[in-house]
Amino acid sequence: MPKDTNADPRAMTRRQLLARSMAAGTAFLVGAGYVAGKSGAWALEVTTLAPGTMATLIQMARDIYPHDKVPDENYAIAVKGYDDPAVSADIEAGVAALDAAAAEKGFGSYLGTGWERDRVDILRGMEDSAFFQTVRGGLVTGLYNQKAVWPIFGYEGESYSKGGYIDRGFDDISWL
Amino acid sequence: MTAPFDMNDDSVVVIIGTGAGGGVLANELAQKGVSVVSLEAGARYLPDDYVNDEWEAFGQLSWLDPRSTSGDWRVARDFSGLPAWIVKAVGGTSIHWAGASLRFQEHEWKALSSYGAVEGANLIDWPIDAAEMAPWYDKAEEKLGVTRTGGRAGLPGNNNFKVLEAGARALGYKEVHTGRMAINSAENDDRMACQQTGFCFQGCKWGAKWSAAYTDIPRGEATGNLEVRERSHVARILHDDTGKVTGVEYFDADGALQMQKARIVCVAGNSIESPRLLLNSASSTFPDGLANSSGQVGRNYMRHLTGSVYATFDKPVRMWRGTTMAGIIQDEARHDPSRGFVGGYEMETLSLGLPFMAAFLDPGGWGREFATALDSYENMAGLWIVGEDMPQETNRVTLNADLVDAYGLPAANVHSDNHANDLAMRAHAYAQGKAIYEAVGATRTFPTPPYPSTHNLGTNRMSENARDGVVNRWGQSHDIANLFVSDGSQFTTGASENPTLTIVALAIRQADHIASEMSAGNL
Repeated sequence: MPKDTNADPRAMTRRQLLARSMAAGTAFLVGAGYVAGKSGAWALEVTTLAPGTMATLIQMARDIYPHDKVPDENYAIAVKGYDDPAVSADIEAGVAALDAAAAEKGFGSYLGTGWERDRVDILRGMEDSAFFQTVRGGLVTGLYNQKAVWPIFGYEGESYSKGGYIDRGFDDISWL
Repeated sequence: MTAPFDMNDDSVVVIIGTGAGGGVLANELAQKGVSVVSLEAGARYLPDDYVNDEWEAFGQLSWLDPRSTSGDWRVARDFSGLPAWIVKAVGGTSIHWAGASLRFQEHEWKALSSYGAVEGANLIDWPIDAAEMAPWYDKAEEKLGVTRTGGRAGLPGNNNFKVLEAGARALGYKEVHTGRMAINSAENDDRMACQQTGFCFQGCKWGAKWSAAYTDIPRGEATGNLEVRERSHVARILHDDTGKVTGVEYFDADGALQMQKARIVCVAGNSIESPRLLLNSASSTFPDGLANSSGQVGRNYMRHLTGSVYATFDKPVRMWRGTTMAGIIQDEARHDPSRGFVGGYEMETLSLGLPFMAAFLDPGGWGREFATALDSYENMAGLWIVGEDMPQETNRVTLNADLVDAYGLPAANVHSDNHANDLAMRAHAYAQGKAIYEAVGATRTFPTPPYPSTHNLGTNRMSENARDGVVNRWGQSHDIANLFVSDGSQFTTGASENPTLTIVALAIRQADHIASEMSAGNL
């Protein structure tokens, strides 16, 4: 990957910029300083990472832990912590490597790789990398510890405030 | 009411650690009029403080000081800095434990005699047996209020149990019930009955589960004979020229180094910290660490076989509702080498919340194979395997010269390789777990690898002969008469039962012994 791209995330080549903005058109809205859902249901401000990088992370997060009933917003929340000067250089480098891996397989960028099967194939090829493992490991808590997603999985969280389940179905299984 | 003892008071018994071993020992000695200073590395958390949120509680209660791992066990790969899931708090891991309270089976006290020599295993018999322990188990069951003992009723079965039970019956298993649990099925000993809230691992907010944190510790303090110094991390045990221990150095809550004199020192810091402390206490007299003339300190680390089987169904189970571990199948706990391994295993209900399921179902797993399992979280049932693992000399706790804790003390490295017997037993248990759930319609089953260890055992083991272990039949070190070990590290072998009841029974028995030896002027 080109070193200058790593050094300054905003110094993307015109080709990369084009690829990402085109790709963003397929999944997210990417503008100056923000990434948003196409429906307008959510938007995420980014101050350190390139917005296209954040959009790529959100797509990568969904591809790692694909839950079709979980909205993009929760994946965005799960990775928004990488918009931090302390880690942004590593993340930009990681996403650049991801895009390079996509390019090797004939795609313009990771985000521009239109089908999940192809993106997962790209991820499989780099699953031992520190970047992949950082993002995957971070999602374990970043995604599944969001209380907002628990109801999607049927998980009820704490019950102490309701007096436990002693009168609320701890033994209500009926199909056995 | 809490007794403050002087640092130079050399008449006190110093106990390091306040969990099921150290906490019970402290109270039992205090009740007998013995002066006790308990040093606890963690802070004090009581039921009002417990948080029914898995990660938040993990951050609040867990022992997270630096540790390292090595060996072929999967924990070393997936959780390299976290070999154990245990607690740093007043009350120790008795806050986190699930409450399963089972006696060892008679043959398990005599593993070498029962199983014969096993290649690669360092088996010996315990110097004590079932008959000797029976009255101490009686006392332990009373103290803990164990269900299905002493006339106490069993807990009601939750959804996760009902699935387990139906599958077990379909396979012909006979010993299937809601367990012998130190969780009240009715109000008992000033503690209320279980409200089926779940979150047993995060500390019982009702106090329905026994924990030393809110039973033995405050009762000991109420005698005026026990002082608990929390956030006090012991660095070193001191000795005199005659080889007797004389006190301990510890870092207090402000990080200042203190020295407490002692007549007797009892080590109960769990099977990782206890050998670490003995090794970190090396001196010119004892260059290999205290109580280590046998070279066995830190060796024979055991963690139980463990492993889980989770299964998904086409309809909801909601396994997280209710008591986490009130369900057991005991038929496979027998010793029956025709299965291809020695010793046996228990199968117990277990559930994790969604956040921990994501972390532990298949650590490192990703993609749709993983994600679709969690999509069925609501329809999941689960069991935990607790089996006897083989003691091996090379499975051991050592000091890691390259890793220090906040006080600059060398941290523990925990090395564990699976023994062939462990692998054979785990494969059998996975197959049985799968069959249990398939018998009631599971659509998919998952062999889940062991979590970071909660049952840490054997690193200062009890032996008849001084060359084979670290402590004698009383938990007294073979080398130093006034140095005792009072936790699960004294286990000679692990048996197939959850260890807490045995740790408590040994602590009650040890308190009786220490008090009578003190009275007789022998200590």
